[in-house]
Amino acid sequence: MSSESINNDVSKKIIYCELENNGIGFWSIFTFFAVLILLGIGAFNYMHYHGHYVTGMNNQIVWGMPHVFAIFLIVSASGAANIATIGTVFGKKTYQPLGRLSLLLAGSLLVGGLIVLLLDLGKISNVIEMAKGSINFKSIFAWNMILYSGFIAIIVVYLWTMMDRIKSAKSLYRPLGIANMVWRFLLTMGTGSIFGFLVARQYYDAAILAPLFISASYVFGTAVYSLLIISTFTLTKRDLGNAVIKRLRRSLPLFITAVLFFEFVRHLTNLYATEHHGVESYILSGDMFSLLFWFGQIIIGSILPMILLWGPWFKNHTLALVSASILAIIGGFIQLYIIIIGGQSYPLILFPNAEISSLFADGVFNDYSATLSEYLLGFGGIGISFCIVMIGMKIFRMLPTILDELS
Amino acid sequence: MNNFDSYRRNFLSIVGITAGAAASVTLAPNLLLREAQAKPDDEAVTDAKRWGLLINVDKLEDGGDACIAACKKEHGWGDDPKSNQAQDAQWVRKVKVTEKLTGHSFSLPVMCQHCETAPCVDVCPTGASMKRADGIVQVNKHICIGCRYCMMACPYKARSFVHETLVDQRPNSPRGKGTVESCNLCVHRIDKGENPACVDSSPDAIVFGDLNDPDSTISKELEQNGGSQIRADLGLNTGVRYQGI
Repeated sequence: MSSESINNDVSKKIIYCELENNGIGFWSIFTFFAVLILLGIGAFNYMHYHGHYVTGMNNQIVWGMPHVFAIFLIVSASGAANIATIGTVFGKKTYQPLGRLSLLLAGSLLVGGLIVLLLDLGKISNVIEMAKGSINFKSIFAWNMILYSGFIAIIVVYLWTMMDRIKSAKSLYRPLGIANMVWRFLLTMGTGSIFGFLVARQYYDAAILAPLFISASYVFGTAVYSLLIISTFTLTKRDLGNAVIKRLRRSLPLFITAVLFFEFVRHLTNLYATEHHGVESYILSGDMFSLLFWFGQIIIGSILPMILLWGPWFKNHTLALVSASILAIIGGFIQLYIIIIGGQSYPLILFPNAEISSLFADGVFNDYSATLSEYLLGFGGIGISFCIVMIGMKIFRMLPTILDELS
Repeated sequence: MNNFDSYRRNFLSIVGITAGAAASVTLAPNLLLREAQAKPDDEAVTDAKRWGLLINVDKLEDGGDACIAACKKEHGWGDDPKSNQAQDAQWVRKVKVTEKLTGHSFSLPVMCQHCETAPCVDVCPTGASMKRADGIVQVNKHICIGCRYCMMACPYKARSFVHETLVDQRPNSPRGKGTVESCNLCVHRIDKGENPACVDSSPDAIVFGDLNDPDSTISKELEQNGGSQIRADLGLNTGVRYQGI
């Protein structure tokens, strides 16, 4: 270990250190994510040079695969910071040593997601006009920009309170933890509200999307964080210990339950109103989106992880947590795909109780097929997030050397 | 010398007025009937007027084909060479409606409805999607970032995104790759005191005018015979109204 630091937040027993140079292991993984970034840059250049006609997006499906990636990363960011919140606000000592990495991951995921969102814009050069003051504060998008930048600012200061030994840092540790928690709620609520207040679309326009996104953030964030710490501790030959695994095993399915609850209420409410029967049957008992919903989101992304984590067969089994996390991430991605693409695929209702048609795809289900460049742009965002995480772990003391004894 | 100048001025004035009046009557008879008046470029737009359209679907024998063609010609959209059909811009489209219960069928042109409380204006992060004081909803392409949130928010699917680089554009209607566009009620024509292109293409079926003026033709017609909004349940108080739907 190259250098060491003592933690503020728990006791002086915890020793943090940077990632060792693990030679080929570290650099292979880093190169992998760096290649993803390069591919993402290539995809961006291609789309930006030609225009969006080279993508699968069109005037019916205006937000496509890049938005699924971006929103997944942004929502995950909020949930990834939850480990720090539990340690600071609720005083759970098991999680306290993991708070630094939790915040690093949260900030990195947010940056990755925002860059994907930014690079998909039609006219990026005009973003500078926003800096010059062209901002409409009535727009939830504009609010989100404030929420996202505020989140990064809070993360930076919060990390400082965790890592610096001076008195003022210690005194701000808990207030920053609370501010971070409240901010996270607002941030995810804001992201959900992007869809929640769209009166035009049958599948959106429901305030319940805000708490649904909050609960989903816990699932995505916990799953991504679990994979990160398990892989990092394993690859750096540090001892993660059973206590953390046990806690994550318990909390992940609880968060999945919360998502299922909000999904259940959302669909039930929609089914109560006759005007929404069309879109509900399209999503729940139609073709592709129903398959994705029942098999992708519900069975693979929710039921299987719950069985893996709550079932008596895989107790204290790290592999069960790894598998469940991967499945929850796949399920979460599918969930966002259904919301974003499925919601746009269902036609707008211009005349209730009438059939409509036009040369502009009125009255029909809209097709969407993402192109390679859209996938690559999204993967580029993942590359950015994890390159930042790896650089962060390399140059800052983010990880405790050992965890088991503390828990 | 002074008397001669005065005589010459008076003579030329009379000749000019007579010739101007004769040209107006012979070359553009409906010019005198227009309710829009030219606005000097340096004069600010106020909310004293609210421009609107009243479309009588029963009188539109072609279901709106002529007004769509006029709009295409005026603004140059609809034939973007690289975009596929789903990506090509569509400022106004002909929608066929068939009531499920009665089988009654009609066609109508659907474009930006110029809502008083426009969802596209609410959601735009930069303010590029804006409503002028006189009710015209349009996009300021200088600050549009191309996020397409307005397209998600519009209940009428009235907006299009420009998917490719365009050349040979109409000087009055510049279109930019990566920005969003829609019917702007031919704002360049209105400011010159002219009618929108679609109105001139179907003068018997479409009335254009000031909804705030109780004496305007559109207001009188609406007061007398009414006019429906598409998705009136959304409470957007649209500036485009229909008869016969």
